[in-house]
Amino acid sequence: MSNSSKGTTELIRKTLAKRYRAEKRFRLYGVIAILFGVSCVATLFVDIIGKGHGAFRQTYIQLHVNYDADILGVSDINDSQQVALADFSGLVKKSLRTKFTDVSGRREKRELYKIVSNSAEYELADRLKASHSLLGQSEKIWVLADDDIDTYFKSLNSSDGPFIGRTSEKQQQWIQSLIDDGQIELRFNSGFFKTGDSREPEQAGIGGAIVGSLFTLFITLALAFPIGVAAAVYLEEFAPKNRWTDFIEVNINNLAAVPSIIFGLLGLAIFINFFHVPRSVPIIGGLVLAVMTLPTIIISSRAAIKSVPPSIREAGIGIGASPVQVVLHHVLPLALPGMLTGTIIGMAQALGETAPLLMIGMVAFIVDVPGGFTDPATVLPVQIFLWADSPERAFVEKTSAAIMVLLAFLITMNTVAVVLRKRLERRW
Amino acid sequence: MKKLSTTASHIKVAAIGCGIAMTLASTQALSASRDYISIVGSSTVYPFATVVAERFGKTTPNPTPKIESTGSGGGMKLFCSGVGTSHPDITNASRRMKKSEFEKCQKAGVTDIVEVLIGFDGIVLANSVKTKQMSLTRKDIFLALAKSVPAPKSMQDQFTTSQTLVANPYKTWKDVNPALPDVKIEVLGPPPTSGTRDAFAELALEGGCKKIKWIKAMKKQDKKAYKALCHTIREDGHYVEAGENDNLIVQKLDANPDALGVFGFSFLDQNADKVQGSLIEGQVPTFDTIADKSYPISRPLYFYVKKAHVGVVPGIEGYLSEFTSEKAWGGEGYLAEKGMIPLSADVRKASGADIKALKPMSGEGL
Repeated sequence: MSNSSKGTTELIRKTLAKRYRAEKRFRLYGVIAILFGVSCVATLFVDIIGKGHGAFRQTYIQLHVNYDADILGVSDINDSQQVALADFSGLVKKSLRTKFTDVSGRREKRELYKIVSNSAEYELADRLKASHSLLGQSEKIWVLADDDIDTYFKSLNSSDGPFIGRTSEKQQQWIQSLIDDGQIELRFNSGFFKTGDSREPEQAGIGGAIVGSLFTLFITLALAFPIGVAAAVYLEEFAPKNRWTDFIEVNINNLAAVPSIIFGLLGLAIFINFFHVPRSVPIIGGLVLAVMTLPTIIISSRAAIKSVPPSIREAGIGIGASPVQVVLHHVLPLALPGMLTGTIIGMAQALGETAPLLMIGMVAFIVDVPGGFTDPATVLPVQIFLWADSPERAFVEKTSAAIMVLLAFLITMNTVAVVLRKRLERRW
Repeated sequence: MKKLSTTASHIKVAAIGCGIAMTLASTQALSASRDYISIVGSSTVYPFATVVAERFGKTTPNPTPKIESTGSGGGMKLFCSGVGTSHPDITNASRRMKKSEFEKCQKAGVTDIVEVLIGFDGIVLANSVKTKQMSLTRKDIFLALAKSVPAPKSMQDQFTTSQTLVANPYKTWKDVNPALPDVKIEVLGPPPTSGTRDAFAELALEGGCKKIKWIKAMKKQDKKAYKALCHTIREDGHYVEAGENDNLIVQKLDANPDALGVFGFSFLDQNADKVQGSLIEGQVPTFDTIADKSYPISRPLYFYVKKAHVGVVPGIEGYLSEFTSEKAWGGEGYLAEKGMIPLSADVRKASGADIKALKPMSGEGL
């Protein structure tokens, strides 16, 4: 007896070092896995931030503009027809010519006019319309530089040397003289958050896409949350356990794993072709995304309801509450934090989705910021997709910047979900 | 218990039904009228149409048109699905409307279609600036990229005639043409769903294919076999489908100096510091060589307007006149600045007049 136990101890002692090693190895694998994941995320963030941070600042050029009535062709400032037709680009050109007097020849002049974005003339028009007294006056005004100039100016101090592919030598000289005079500088690009899409990178913004995303998500939330919660409550609390409910349960779990493009096809077939919902509007996008997020919300809501202990229900029924009262007064409030968490995660998923929107016409060029649920709109990830596909060099940084904004939204939403869970969750 | 649960479920079903019905009813009423122009179609025309749309939106009281990038074929399908404001007003195409599409349009009641040729787009073969510029002929391109090619001389002893086709045996550019470098053939290009791919096959591959006399003779006898031979790209890994995103191809070329890429001229124009266009038949792809047709691989760009919608959807005429104004599609217009190759001045003048009169296309010669 003692002999055999001694043998076992011996055996344990012998293999102990090996077991410790195995233990260490196992932990190491875990650490490596995490390090790998973290380094992937870090690379992604470094790449995106490295490319995109430039987009939050935009190159502006200072112009001395004289609102010359002769150039504008405006004799009566109160005649809105005349002001609408006035030649504001003439003012910009005149101002550039007075700054650079040595420019001659058609070709050179065209090059000179190109250094300022064409939004300058619209800005001058807006200023004059806003204050009529400017007519005949001079003022100094900062206007957007063209995207090629912007790219060049930003790359002046880069380690690879300036990007000269799209600017001529003449233009580079002009920029140098603007730098010397302090008439060119980088400023915070507030337009990026306010304006809609544009084909001129310097004027393009994600304002329209953010508003479109908000409208779309509002519809999604308004449909998916009540339907999802109602379905979960019924399935969990009231539905009889039979083959039908099992069948429904299997289907809901299946739907959660269906590729999202299928929901787009469904939206096209049912909502657009059958119910004639217009294409490209937040309503259709919201409908499709609601159908897509429903399974997520139902599944997480059911889990939340399940985690409410049966003793609560029994106590409620025991003191004479009806099943509906038990659910509405006790189970739902207790399950709500879990439901909200699931909903927020579902919404975050809907916010990052492009594939189903492809089928229903939300992958579109839309300049005007949508003002309602029936205005054509696009959403943030689609805007990223469209910019990534644009030839202009300056869209590279816009794309990365838009990704940063989308990531910021997603991180915020997921943080809210985590905080809600931590704050409101009850442990039994 | 049972009774209670059924009432609860009734209420729920009714509430959901109500919600959906209300949403749908309200949208149905709204879809009846539309105050913005709806445009669909080619992703190649998209960068040009969007510029015009944006300027149109800024300079007129009309809202900016909505432009979807659906591809030429997808655009035609939507465009030809019917008349009415739930269907698009204009479709862009990087090729001419096909006869089958025209017939489909006619069947759906879209009878009067105005065809607008707006300009050209060059297709370039480019490689990284880190290596030597390539000088190719269309025949080289055909021999390097077609799925089956005429048997090369070294293999001809095995066959009785010189007109035998074999699966493409060429591995390096030097195999194709001794004057070319000894580099593995690796071409990154768009997938078959892309209009760029169709145009590349038609203009570059078929252009080279035609140079071989007996294949050219085949066109008259067996058009189908001829097309299959001249348009089919090899699938053995030497032609890599790199997706629809031309920016991605540029990035990949930058990383892999041995590869060539196929994409639109505007991407070459924007990335001149990273990639260089290969010479085709001795011609460098530049704005001027494409415009005067001496660079051989260029394709026409079109858009099609539903005449029945003019006057119903506000602004279509205004959009047309903005697009066909000299400051837009002219030789030095803003579309040229975006990389579109303009039409010649005479053609612009003639077709501009037709467009102003909204002359519908006859459907002949498609």
